[in-house]
Amino acid sequence: MNALAARRRHPAAIVILLLLGLVAMGGLYAALAPKPAQAATATADDVAEGKKLFLANCATCHGLHAEGSKAGPTLVGVGAAAVDFQVGTGRMPLAGPAVQAKRNSDVKFTDQQISQLAAYVASLAPGPAVPDAADSSGTNGDVAKGAELFRVNCAMCHNFAGSGGALTRGKFAPSLRNVEGKHIYEAMLTGPQSMPVFNDTNLSPTDKNNIISYLHEVDKADNPGGLSLGNLGPVSEGLFVWIFGIGILIACAVWLGSKAA
Amino acid sequence: MNEHGTEAPDGTSTEAVRLDQGHIEGTGGIPERFTNPGLPAHIHRSADVDEKAARKAEKQVATLFTLSIIGTLVFIVAYFAIDHETKVFLPGIGLANLQNVVLGVSLAVSLFMIGAGAVHWAKTLMPDEEVVEERHALRSQDEDRTGAVDTILGGGDQAQLGRRPLIKYTLGGALGLFAVPLVLQVAGGLGPLPGDALSTTFWRKGMKLMRDPEGTPIKATDVTIGSVFHVMPEGIDKSEHVLEEKGKAAVLLMRLDPDDITVAKERDWGHDGIVAYSKICTHVGCPVGLYEQQTHHLLCPCHQSTFDVTQDCKVIFGPAGRPLPQLKITVDNEGYLVADSPFREAVGPSFWERG
Repeated sequence: MNALAARRRHPAAIVILLLLGLVAMGGLYAALAPKPAQAATATADDVAEGKKLFLANCATCHGLHAEGSKAGPTLVGVGAAAVDFQVGTGRMPLAGPAVQAKRNSDVKFTDQQISQLAAYVASLAPGPAVPDAADSSGTNGDVAKGAELFRVNCAMCHNFAGSGGALTRGKFAPSLRNVEGKHIYEAMLTGPQSMPVFNDTNLSPTDKNNIISYLHEVDKADNPGGLSLGNLGPVSEGLFVWIFGIGILIACAVWLGSKAA
Repeated sequence: MNEHGTEAPDGTSTEAVRLDQGHIEGTGGIPERFTNPGLPAHIHRSADVDEKAARKAEKQVATLFTLSIIGTLVFIVAYFAIDHETKVFLPGIGLANLQNVVLGVSLAVSLFMIGAGAVHWAKTLMPDEEVVEERHALRSQDEDRTGAVDTILGGGDQAQLGRRPLIKYTLGGALGLFAVPLVLQVAGGLGPLPGDALSTTFWRKGMKLMRDPEGTPIKATDVTIGSVFHVMPEGIDKSEHVLEEKGKAAVLLMRLDPDDITVAKERDWGHDGIVAYSKICTHVGCPVGLYEQQTHHLLCPCHQSTFDVTQDCKVIFGPAGRPLPQLKITVDNEGYLVADSPFREAVGPSFWERG
């Protein structure tokens, strides 16, 4: 028999066996156990990366510690949702001095960088978080209820179909066509620029999902009645009638009055 | 005055000329009297002159009518054959309902081509000679005029109206008073007098503020700085004239930093920076829902009256004449926001008796 077997009744043998068993079990568990679903929980690395991105791209206007400056407001307390919205829709970094930051399809950062920036800003002070996919996808929402909520809370600025509208002094409520559900949710939650805040106690997550469903339904541009003319109501319809309708009537009148060849 | 211009042998004339006389040079002076130049020369259409052109015009008219027939047939087929749910992508329109489009276009063609055919027929083939008809004198013959006057006056004498004043007066009274029931119904049909309906709203002390479509009460802690809640009073859906009441009782709830509020009354009537104002514009009554969070301005979308919420909704731009009325609110013992008193002034546009 070998040296190991000769010591099998040593008092330390049981301790060593137990340790081996624990290590094996622990290792197997760590390797094979199902990972719990985590919404991107920010790690300390994300926050550090986010801080670097912030200092490089945002600190000139928002201050070295996001405390704000003459050029930009403080970001302490705005939360990850605000960063995800503003940077994700291309509004920030601001392209140039303007009355209002406009949506920009040229988003300057990758999704990972945006979540790192969001993690950094969220670490400064508690604020609204990026919403769950379930509440912001717009699927399975009640379109009719969403439309009613939209008409009461949103249509006065954004138009009954979300085509956008004017505010004072050059500001405007932008068109809501083809906006990702997550960004719609975050805009309601954080109240960017002139928009008021619709927190989750005002419009619950289900309400918000219903509104997103309604907007996505309008995006389908299902127009059984024909030309929607931008859903702008009497203005565009009136223009259409004045140009084409009255134009055709005048053409017919000229034809009626002219002499035949 | 003779109407034919005297033509000098070299083609000049001292008289006015007619339009169908061709080119005649005048002497440059103005004639004594302008004669009627007559109508311009009749221009014949090709269909009047040329039989082939007339047949071509006939074919054109027939084509237009045939197009109308085709349009009608397409309509009938499309009505039954196309499923009413099919969608089709049309450039410039997007996704449209196929049956609607086909029915509309075919009906338009069918109706328009009837008119177009008729018009083209009239223009090319029907007679187009200019006709002049002289107007006859309007004045009647003298003996007819005296005869008419005699008949009327004689009739009056025979009716004995002049001799019998009692008939005259009662006739006048009957005819005059007959107008009264007609006027009475028109004036009475204008509806009941409003009473104090313009000056009061549904709001009473102690009524909870409810979120507008959901109808749930609002806790003061739900309202964070920058929030806007659209509010209706508790129980308004059970009122007798729901829409009229809702049209007056709409309220907008906002929360500001109390330090931003410059008017003490606004702070007192609010609760910790939460203020409630009537949503009905004091200009013509549109709902003033556009709250600009950064500037604390309320904008009315109809005529752009702008109210500054930090100055008790004073009008800073636009045609509104008065600031928005504020609703005094407080918190009940469960933490829900309630009205502390009804509106202290009439909401909405000005009216004559607005005291």
